[in-house]
Amino acid sequence: MAYKIVEKNCTGCGACEFECPNKAIKEKGAAFVIDPKKCTECAGFFDTPQCVAACPVPKTVVMAF
Amino acid sequence: MTDSNIVPLSSITRVDPAKPRLSGCSAKSNGKATSCGSSAGQDDLPEAVWNKIQDHPCYSEDAHHYFARMHVAVAPACNIQCNYCNRKYDCSNESRPGVVSEKLSAEQAALKVMAVAAEVPQLSVVGIAGPGDALANAPKTFHTFDLIHAALPHVKLCLSTNGLALPDHVEQIAAMGIDHVTITINMVDPEIGAQIYPWIFFRHKRWEGLEAAQILHERQMEGLEALTAKGILVKVNSVLIPGINDQHLVEVNKAVRSRGAFLHNVMPLISDPAHGTHFGLTGQRGPTPNELRAVQDSLGGDAKLMRHCRQCRADAVGLLGEDRGAEFSLDKLTEAKPYDPKKREMYLEVVERERGDRQKAKEMAQMPEKIEETPVLVAIATKGGGRINQHFGHATEFQIFEVTSAGAKFISHRRTDKYCVGGTDNSDAMATTIAALEGVAAVLCAKIGDKPKQRLADMGIIASDQYAFEYIEASAITWYATRNACDVAASA
Repeated sequence: MAYKIVEKNCTGCGACEFECPNKAIKEKGAAFVIDPKKCTECAGFFDTPQCVAACPVPKTVVMAF
Repeated sequence: MTDSNIVPLSSITRVDPAKPRLSGCSAKSNGKATSCGSSAGQDDLPEAVWNKIQDHPCYSEDAHHYFARMHVAVAPACNIQCNYCNRKYDCSNESRPGVVSEKLSAEQAALKVMAVAAEVPQLSVVGIAGPGDALANAPKTFHTFDLIHAALPHVKLCLSTNGLALPDHVEQIAAMGIDHVTITINMVDPEIGAQIYPWIFFRHKRWEGLEAAQILHERQMEGLEALTAKGILVKVNSVLIPGINDQHLVEVNKAVRSRGAFLHNVMPLISDPAHGTHFGLTGQRGPTPNELRAVQDSLGGDAKLMRHCRQCRADAVGLLGEDRGAEFSLDKLTEAKPYDPKKREMYLEVVERERGDRQKAKEMAQMPEKIEETPVLVAIATKGGGRINQHFGHATEFQIFEVTSAGAKFISHRRTDKYCVGGTDNSDAMATTIAALEGVAAVLCAKIGDKPKQRLADMGIIASDQYAFEYIEASAITWYATRNACDVAASA
């Protein structure tokens, strides 16, 4: 399981990038993307996925599948 | 690269100090030296504080006539949500905090600062003010400051924060020699805070409602106390939100002063549905100029209040009230000119002399014996340097001075282009300008055409280019004295 970022909503602020404990988030063009192979939904690190909690735009970091 | 919008040295050096002029009317001095009383002037402050702020346009009203600042937009991420902010919206005509055209890496920011320093000898301050929060990703902010300090050690560094992460970074701020910090504090009561901040991200968790506002409030107070305990100058910004915190800012003022804040700057809420902010979309309005002033006046203590804030963009470059950011966009930075410290030294010498001359001119400007006690507002078109040196038609803002028998005092600025009007329905720019001049008795500018002059006259506003290139305060006082002397003569 992993999260993904809805590209058209992303403001490119990068608040998710430096909160990610797995370094799974990188800038790509004007938006950020989550590498699903690295995303663990923060299991073992935090109670809530950090990218979801930090993102300022509603419904932008969502379950990938 | 054009420098049409920066004060050319020639414009502030080629003219003799303003002489008091009372052409056609005679008036005697009341013998009173006029004291500016403007925020953060040399006279009202301990020497140590004045030394820290005398070149800082965002802290000293006097300095903002002479020195330029730039913000580098290296901090796009934020750790709280404010109901007046939506950073997705950017319009090149916009001038609002939290708005930038391009974000920068630390290395790009250092390159940009070098390029600006080479072109703009007035540059004295580099700040990180977002467009998010400077301390949300603190390592990047500090890395940027390191690079800038290594390249240009004379440049003052400052940052602006909402305070949430501040207590964790006070040690490093002090260690890096950052001696100016601005904290935005809109409330000291979580009940009010909950109406302004829907959520915060703190200690790896999202907090909402009262709990969020309580944490933010405690962190702001803790950060403020820790900074002032280290002797770092702290300015507090408050956004005036009518119906939410307008009555409450008195409490905020007491709380921040008692914790050692050096300046309290009350700024108007900028609210427009087009910006897509919560307040904009729900019809929360911003304050009128009179409401803003009433709150500023109620907080009193002129030396501790700041009225010249321009609510700059997080990538603004230049003197306050102008923005040369577009000249220094990333694609233009490939070949930065080398920085020449001699240009800056020369500029500093000029400024020192100009400051002295301007002060002398102000003191010499004469007041008639019999004058009305009602304060009069005078609008000034200026490009900086403390002189009336801008064409009426080129002014994107006016500096408003209140003139009374006690002298001339800067009270605010009014923009003629502050809000993005968009569309094509902008045929009458003059109407916008006239609206900005509401309540003003006179406009003093370097030059004005006959048509606009007549149109202002129809509105009961006197426009004059008689004081072109002279010092602002001395000219405003002289104009006022002349007018009153004429009135007295006419009624005699």
